[in-house]
Amino acid sequence: MTVDDRFARDFRETEDDRLAGKRNEVVTGPVADWATDFSHTEPEWAADPYPIQDDLRGRCPIAHTERFGGAWLPTRYEDVAAIAYDTERFSSRAIVVSNYRPPLDLAPVGVVPPISSDPPFHHDARRLLLPAFTKKAIAAYEPDTRALCHALIDGLEGREVVDAAREYAQHIPMRVIAGMLGFPPEDGPKFAQFVENALESINLPPEERLQRMDRLFDYLLVQIRDHVDDPRDDLTTYLINAELYGRKLEPSHVAGAMALLLIAGIDTTWSAIGASLWHLAKTPGDRERLVAEPGLVPTAIEEFLRVYAPVTMARLVKEDMHWRGVDMKADDWVLLSFPAANRDPAQFDRAGEVVIDREVNRHAAFGLGIHRCVGSHLARMELRVALEVWLERIPVFALDDPDAVTWAPGQVRGPRALPIRVG
Amino acid sequence: MRVHLDPGRCQGHGRCYDLAPDLFGEDDEGFGTVLGDGIVPPDQAQDARRAAANCPEHAIDLREGA
Repeated sequence: MTVDDRFARDFRETEDDRLAGKRNEVVTGPVADWATDFSHTEPEWAADPYPIQDDLRGRCPIAHTERFGGAWLPTRYEDVAAIAYDTERFSSRAIVVSNYRPPLDLAPVGVVPPISSDPPFHHDARRLLLPAFTKKAIAAYEPDTRALCHALIDGLEGREVVDAAREYAQHIPMRVIAGMLGFPPEDGPKFAQFVENALESINLPPEERLQRMDRLFDYLLVQIRDHVDDPRDDLTTYLINAELYGRKLEPSHVAGAMALLLIAGIDTTWSAIGASLWHLAKTPGDRERLVAEPGLVPTAIEEFLRVYAPVTMARLVKEDMHWRGVDMKADDWVLLSFPAANRDPAQFDRAGEVVIDREVNRHAAFGLGIHRCVGSHLARMELRVALEVWLERIPVFALDDPDAVTWAPGQVRGPRALPIRVG
Repeated sequence: MRVHLDPGRCQGHGRCYDLAPDLFGEDDEGFGTVLGDGIVPPDQAQDARRAAANCPEHAIDLREGA
């Protein structure tokens, strides 16, 4: 047997090579007109994006901004769906809007495959991950997840006010994905930093973002080497041993897929759990109904996913084109707002209302088409168990101070501070 | 009534096997499958309708007749 020395050296390219893409001037500050100058990084959007999206859907359904070097924001379900399905004209080479566009030759693999991959490579890279994330495979993690939720509530015993985002929601996906990847459970605080760097610090200079991203990949390399020396039954060892086209994966593919699983699995579900608890804390009728009818929780979480969908993805336009009435240029960003699509009255009855027993709910919270969230079964399990345990242990609760609730800015939105009064 | 699943559209969201577990299953990659011959017993007609109505990819059809 040959020694696996793929990870002995640092596999990363030089900083110059990794910053060889295009950059643009960073523009921040108050938005003049959301139809022509939108920015999902401004506080007004983070606090409440829905009135903005509803207004745009009515008067300018494919909004534009010169910020980020040029970007589009479709708010109709039909447009969001069309872009999600059209991988010929919209690339996933980068999926977080920033002021830097990676070089074209990064496609079709991207930095964090398969979310950053285009066909045909995407299909093969995705198939490597799918078996680990089926509903059946995920069910094996449910008992530990439930025990973790109970332990977190035990830790809040005796307190009148607790932060449901920081002290509950955050820890659930963090610990579960750490366990699946085989990372030390006490590393959670590091993960929170990695997530913030990847998703919230998009207006920093590219050099600084790269340095921050390097800290994540430094961490992953340590974990990979530890698993090469000491293989275990977890996703890290699985990816180290996985083969594609008859060969083991490129080291950058192993680390990139791990980065994706770590980052994408944490603040998304943390946001969904937090937003659901926020809704129940301010809506006693829904809270009392779910306490009385726990069997309704799976239906209710679909509605929370629809109306508070945490994730907005992005695409890059491949070539100049006239698309549904607007002139898109090559390398324009497109914000793929699943939250806006999910509130389109042309697609959903009572689109702006929260209807926890909604019977027909074709929401797009996990995306549409070939990039459907690979962790959707995991996210649904975590969200359901988190709500079931909370409602069982803390059936009576309310917002302590609605003005103290803060929301993450950018493409993943959910409560980051959520003070809740218990009892 | 018989359920039909279009594997060209299915992306593995799993709404069908969540909502109608006696009619649909999942394969090793999480994509939906029709269990057996797809004929819907009368007491499962409501499950079949809910599965079809909640598929985000419109991959499920209900066809009248056996």
